[in-house]
Amino acid sequence: MTAFSARVGKYVSLVLASALTLLPIVVIVMASFKTNEELQDSGPFDLPSGLSLANYVTAFTKGRMLEAFANTTFILLVSVTGTIIIGTMAAYAIDRFEFRLKKTVVVAFLLATLVPAVTTQVATFQVVNSLGLFNTRGAVIVLFLGTDIVSIYIFIQFMRSIPKELDEAAVLDGANHVMIYRAIILPLLKPAIATVIIIKGIAVYNEFYIPFLYMPARDLGVISTSLFRFKGPFGAQWEIIAAGVIIVMIPTLVVFLALQRFIYNGFTSGATK
Amino acid sequence: MRTPVISRRPRTGWGWRGTPYMFLAVPVFLLVVFTYVPVANMFWYSLTDWDGLDKTKSFVGLDNYVSVFTRPELFRVFYVSLYYFAASFVQMALALYFATLLSFSTRFRNVFKGILFFPYLVNGVAIGFIFLYFFRPDGTLDALLDVVGLGELSRPWLGDRDVVNISLASTSVWRYMGLNFVLFLGAIQSIPGQLYEAAELDGANRWQQFRFIIAPGIRPIIGLSFILAISGSLAVFEIPFIMTGGSNGSETFVIQTVSSAFKFSKVGLASAMAVVLLAIVLVITWIQRTILPEEKVNLT
Repeated sequence: MTAFSARVGKYVSLVLASALTLLPIVVIVMASFKTNEELQDSGPFDLPSGLSLANYVTAFTKGRMLEAFANTTFILLVSVTGTIIIGTMAAYAIDRFEFRLKKTVVVAFLLATLVPAVTTQVATFQVVNSLGLFNTRGAVIVLFLGTDIVSIYIFIQFMRSIPKELDEAAVLDGANHVMIYRAIILPLLKPAIATVIIIKGIAVYNEFYIPFLYMPARDLGVISTSLFRFKGPFGAQWEIIAAGVIIVMIPTLVVFLALQRFIYNGFTSGATK
Repeated sequence: MRTPVISRRPRTGWGWRGTPYMFLAVPVFLLVVFTYVPVANMFWYSLTDWDGLDKTKSFVGLDNYVSVFTRPELFRVFYVSLYYFAASFVQMALALYFATLLSFSTRFRNVFKGILFFPYLVNGVAIGFIFLYFFRPDGTLDALLDVVGLGELSRPWLGDRDVVNISLASTSVWRYMGLNFVLFLGAIQSIPGQLYEAAELDGANRWQQFRFIIAPGIRPIIGLSFILAISGSLAVFEIPFIMTGGSNGSETFVIQTVSSAFKFSKVGLASAMAVVLLAIVLVITWIQRTILPEEKVNLT
């Protein structure tokens, strides 16, 4: 009897938690299909009268979402590629070589992990500004590349598990360090690279703070900042805002459903290693 | 943090001595320019009355720090952090509960896992709007309360100073619970399965298994989550900024720092606040290292 009620309690709590997780999203989906009058007159749980995509069209065109997706994609590709190149290079140098400044460099990277980026933003802003990057895509890209120590750390952790004999064999075959890095290290780092692509990709797609602060220009809207701007012109038009929210969520949902297993693995290995 | 010293065979005789520096040039350059230069500048700005534009920065000593600690309107943001700190306990308790449940065979296990984790992946601005709609007058929450017969509890969830921080902190529980949950789940799965089997043979029930196998087994990651909860609740920014802009007493430390620096051009004062925040985070990290010395560093 108690085993039975424990089972019931387990499923009840799971269903309840799932419902509470989904409810806020479901009502937004419903709102996105309603007309403005319908939204005013009906309660949040009332089904929309039709499945018109009019709000989506308005949100996509008036909210300049196409431009936002283009900007985000560009920044995402450059930042993720750059993170991988920079991170693997740093990991290769730190794990495979003995050199005089090695300790200093390792300590410098470790210490940097203790500084939360939000605390230094005021001063970082001045650096970016003096480099002439303010209000350019470069500002955001350079910050995504320069302040990502987590990825470097993940690569170093993973490098340790790649046997050094492989490098040595390659040296005997006459390979130089650049060839070793490209032909041996990069392919063997694939699982770590996949982890970093996932974690970094999600972080860049969702980042709000950095583009908001460093790229206020209208033409430079990314997904987050463009959606944030809905607050002004569409302030009272919840059906348009709702459609914008769903447009932004769709790619996340697709990626999540396709890569579920890898995403979980990425987060557990990324955060606890 | 101590890293194990691995003895290596000497590498003399192959390769060029500058090779490691070549590979490190770009990463170290970026590290210095975007972490160390800002940190150093921040300390310097915090001792000046700089407005962010002026060519000259006049030295004012510790005046900015005195302001941070003596002006109540600047200090009250710490009080707001307490809401998020309390919420992170709720979040961890829920995450631990669901991680334990879903570690054992359960129907639709992956569906539940997916649903509980998904909010973490959603764009922060989208979450802000979703919950503005949720909390607005006659919005989802009010309608929900009506359905269950608690309609009289309705109030302006984001307009009332007494509840605004509770509403915002609950939003952050909704957003981050899944991440905690997945981390706990990963940790629980690293506990060898035979332990449960042995416990079951000994007649241990689920609670006893949790109490004596799971809890000690994932103690390190629980400890780490507590520490992250403290620094996380000091650094809250997105949700209150997007949803209320910091109005009605929902302003957090970071919102205040950003508005002092970029809206009111008080870079000196903002830097002093940032230094205080950094100091608090460093002290917390140091305490963590002292209490849990074998911990691996979490870098998120």
